[in-house]
Amino acid sequence: MYRVITMVLLAACLSACGSGGAQPRPRLIVAAAASLTPVIEPLAQAYERDTGTRVELNLAASSTIAAQMIAGAPIDLFISADQAQMDRVDEAGLIHAGTRVDLLGNRLVVVAPAGSTLEVRSLAALVAAVGRIALADPAAVPAGVYARRYLESAGVWHQLQGRLVPTRSVRAALITVEAGEVDAGIVYRTDALSSDRVTELFAVPATEGPEIRYPAAVAAESGDPESAGRLLAHLRGPQAGAVFEAAGFILVGSGP
Amino acid sequence: MTSELLSVTSFTVAMAALATLLMLPPGVAVAWLLARRRFPGRSMLETLVSLPLVLPPVATGLILLWVLGRRGPLGRLLAQTGLEMLFTWRAVVVAMAVMGLPLLVRAARAGFEQVDRRYEQVAATLGASPSRVFITVSLPLAGRGVLAGALLGFSRALGEFGATIMVAGALPGTRTIAIAIFGYTETGNQAAAVTMLSVSAAIAFGALFLSNRLTNHPAGAT
Repeated sequence: MYRVITMVLLAACLSACGSGGAQPRPRLIVAAAASLTPVIEPLAQAYERDTGTRVELNLAASSTIAAQMIAGAPIDLFISADQAQMDRVDEAGLIHAGTRVDLLGNRLVVVAPAGSTLEVRSLAALVAAVGRIALADPAAVPAGVYARRYLESAGVWHQLQGRLVPTRSVRAALITVEAGEVDAGIVYRTDALSSDRVTELFAVPATEGPEIRYPAAVAAESGDPESAGRLLAHLRGPQAGAVFEAAGFILVGSGP
Repeated sequence: MTSELLSVTSFTVAMAALATLLMLPPGVAVAWLLARRRFPGRSMLETLVSLPLVLPPVATGLILLWVLGRRGPLGRLLAQTGLEMLFTWRAVVVAMAVMGLPLLVRAARAGFEQVDRRYEQVAATLGASPSRVFITVSLPLAGRGVLAGALLGFSRALGEFGATIMVAGALPGTRTIAIAIFGYTETGNQAAAVTMLSVSAAIAFGALFLSNRLTNHPAGAT
């Protein structure tokens, strides 16, 4: 028993020392909204391969990342799924001045489990025909807040109460639809495209839905703001843009 | 995949073991105090230690985030000595220890309560100091309870998710089994999630089984 414990401790110390050792290569911690997971992972790997800069991803709800930054977590670059969480961090003085940009845009779509026989092409038809609808928590999670704003502006929010199934995250809403636990779900277009187990019923028209933007900024407390700025510039460049577009994102502000 | 499975598993087991070592001294002390001493604020201490058991783990994580953060009371002190906590393996250990502590205290306290007070009294009348009584009489007699508690705390630490992801993030260097499973579900990698889940279940089963045997068969039985 004691021998096992000693061995385990030794292993822990070794791995700890390994990660604490001197690193000549720049190392960046990128905190990104969970909805970016499928696209940011390959982009980070490619960037690491091409430039030698180590990119470590912390993928979480934007609200969690904001709380972590405010507590002083060592984050270099933050990509938020909505302006509100970036505003929180910005107001706390934790954004490197002049680095905040709108990186991406997205759209809401209404999806059903693959093979669903629903012939729903509009919100009115959705309200009339569909039972339970999954969406990310409309109180806190950006995707849910957007969905709520859309339903409110269409005047059906109160009517749908009791049929809405709030989930922890937009990915969880997608999984709930995939599993057939609900008749439909409101998710980002990028989520709908990433799954072959859901089918898109209709996209929320740009004129009816809220504007969905992913702001990005270098953290004021970044130990290496130059490298972080270079990575952000790369994410705004044509190479990364093609990857984002293929995943269903909308490119905005493709500036210098 | 296999090498990742191996590294995540060994990292998680190592962190849970360190967390168990970290929670043992305060856990045993609190368990002994609750079992053997009457003092003002006793119920307060009992409730406080049990809190992580019932609070949402994310809430515990949020509290730890404030405490350990560079702007928090403890984090500031540690940062001055050059010890960064958030987003490191140290944060994983602390989160696991806080979440496992209530279980350790519960089992260890039951262990101390089962020790016949007369042995302690005899040792004291023979001139042993209170600390000597504790080390040579109380602790060995309550050993099974303490060990069962340590295993329970270890099992809880193995599966810890909510508090860990708040203070340690989901970085390559802080990925535990629970966080890996979460990541795989988020990206729709079901197969990897199920493999990781089986490993997690197997280790937890072993630790719990051992812990239950220790508590179900008091010394002398079996």
